[in-house]
Amino acid sequence: MKKYFLAVLVENKPGVLTHVSGLISRRAFNIESISAGYTEEPSVTRINIVVSVESENELDQVVNQLGKLIDVIKIVNLSKSPSIERELVMIKVKASKETRADLVGVVDIFRAKIVDVTSENVVIELTGSQSKIDAICEVLSDYEIVEIARTGTIALSRGPVPVKAM
Amino acid sequence: MKMNGARALLESLKNEGVDMVFGYPGGVVLKLYDEVYKMNFPNILTGHEQGAVHAADGYARASGKVGVVFATSGPGAANLITGIATANMDSIPLVCITGQVANPAIGKDSFQEVDVYGITTPITKHNYLVKDPNELPRVVKEAFFIARTGRPGPVSIDIAADVFNTEIDFEYPEEVNLRGYDGKNPVNAAEIDEVVKAVEKSERPLIFIGGGVTSSDTSEIMRSIVNRLGCPSTSTLMGLGCLDADTDGYLGFAGMHGSYGSNMAIQNCDLLICIGMRFSDRVTGRVKDFAPNAKIIHFELDPAEVNKNVQVDLKVLGDLRESLPIFLDKLDKSTTDFAEKFSAWKDESIAKGNEHVFSWTEDGDKIKPGALISKISDICDDNTIAVTDVGQHQMWAAQFFKAHNPRQFLTSGGLGTMGFGLPAAMGAKVACPDKNVVLFTGDGSIMMNIQELATIADHDIDIKIVIVHNFILGMVGQWQRLFYNHHYSASELKCKRDFVKIANAMGIRAYKLTKAEELTTELPEILFSKGAAVIDVFVPQEENVLPMVPGGKRLDQMILGNS
Repeated sequence: MKKYFLAVLVENKPGVLTHVSGLISRRAFNIESISAGYTEEPSVTRINIVVSVESENELDQVVNQLGKLIDVIKIVNLSKSPSIERELVMIKVKASKETRADLVGVVDIFRAKIVDVTSENVVIELTGSQSKIDAICEVLSDYEIVEIARTGTIALSRGPVPVKAM
Repeated sequence: MKMNGARALLESLKNEGVDMVFGYPGGVVLKLYDEVYKMNFPNILTGHEQGAVHAADGYARASGKVGVVFATSGPGAANLITGIATANMDSIPLVCITGQVANPAIGKDSFQEVDVYGITTPITKHNYLVKDPNELPRVVKEAFFIARTGRPGPVSIDIAADVFNTEIDFEYPEEVNLRGYDGKNPVNAAEIDEVVKAVEKSERPLIFIGGGVTSSDTSEIMRSIVNRLGCPSTSTLMGLGCLDADTDGYLGFAGMHGSYGSNMAIQNCDLLICIGMRFSDRVTGRVKDFAPNAKIIHFELDPAEVNKNVQVDLKVLGDLRESLPIFLDKLDKSTTDFAEKFSAWKDESIAKGNEHVFSWTEDGDKIKPGALISKISDICDDNTIAVTDVGQHQMWAAQFFKAHNPRQFLTSGGLGTMGFGLPAAMGAKVACPDKNVVLFTGDGSIMMNIQELATIADHDIDIKIVIVHNFILGMVGQWQRLFYNHHYSASELKCKRDFVKIANAMGIRAYKLTKAEELTTELPEILFSKGAAVIDVFVPQEENVLPMVPGGKRLDQMILGNS
């Protein structure tokens, strides 16, 4: 299985996410993550999809099927060009007096941030590649993780050309 | 001009040239139907919403125009679903208009509320929920554009009830403006150069025609290409009629119940030229062994169909209306004498096909389905549209009814929807009143939308309904005989139902044929008489549709049986 990052520009209309997510489930595509948000153009939403496929052919299927949706304006496979991929995670970990110093150490090593502290826990925030986030989750599993929220990966091409002009 | 939303919708439909709506009223569309009444808008009330949507589908298949359906919210809309899915699988242009509960009631589990937008998402080309009355004209414009352009398909418009009552300033848009869809599918001519080279190199090419040739109206040019190449040809079930069944070298349709000649030619050819088809599992047999010796070429409008089920060697993306003329032109410029080069292979393919033609064995004075359909095919002229339901009779009709033109053989191919036939035949007749419409149905299928007999009677829709009556769900029974130890589990239809009485009670005359000689003495007169008629034809129960490629087998592993 290989992962690809797709930037999907869609009309900013109600129901578009239903169309995209419905298609993904109906065609049984393997999706690692999906996230959506506003863009520099108010009428356009950008959906970031990380898709996991066996072959280039399967990837073509995902792109071509998504391309058939009327509300999809453009799809770019960002894995084909140099791009930056980032994910944000927030992790709530139990922190006693004994473990807090250790946790701060972990946070420093990963260049993460502590964004909330109580007498019982800390909330750690980290932005990075998916593997880096996987790594901090792995290390923190030695402590008591209360909950994790991840955004899924978003990606942007390097250089001056935006996806809409690709 | 100021008008309410209901009126604006009907004016929009008029702008799109809609001359018939099939539908069923109900609570939230009362305002719409009131405007229908005031405008005397042409419409047919069916017996069931499913009948309405299949009728619109049959109308679209027969005419090439967009079929239009009205239904109310909740159960009305839900009853359309099978019909929408049927049209979606076969790329049939429909616009399905449903009322939704009023804006303030949406999402409250209100009376007769169902999430039509959600339900129709996976089975439409596109869908809308209209909550703002000012959007209605634009949405209707877009819906028709989307339904009929590119690869056609059904579009659903769900409209909140208060939209019908609200006054708007009506102006029908001149054009659509969709950033993600322009309906155009340009062709890269360089791709066709490669195809011509491949044809020049090939020794045993086979042309394989799908329903895309019907929906793009490219049958004429397709015939010229077949003629120019002089190689054998075949089609899918949906491609029946694109070539005249009597075309020299045409081997019949291919696939699970397709002809021996076609299936063998697919397995033996060295070049398979596929035009406007999607490699359904019914047509490929075991997919990894499909056309094992062939380079496969795919002319296709929808990029998502290329390499979906079968890996192809060359593709020509884009509209067949553009690619096929270029292909013909390039063939004409080639120095190869194709007809000469391929003539031996064509003769060989025809001879192979002749080893096992579609056939039946006579059995005393019993009427055999093959004999029945052949007879009808023989006595009907080209001005006849054959419509089928789904099951054994459908396959027999595909085998024995000779379609000479596109849109002459209408059948539910992809979804295989029992109950499609009767309403679809009704829609076809409404679309083409000057044509003779013959429905082939079964004693199973007819029961699924039999209420439409009343609609046909009410509107004097002259179709001939041939029930291939074998007292069993025939195709289910065939599989049970062949693969489930003859266990007729929930498939036998006891002989208590009397279709003559049912038809008479609905206001339609009916006849029962039980003896072979009646195909000559009775059948022609009934077929050519004026007005709708049900012809209930008793046939033996244990007749198989053959040949048959069992599930998971290669196309050349057919059960041939009695042929």
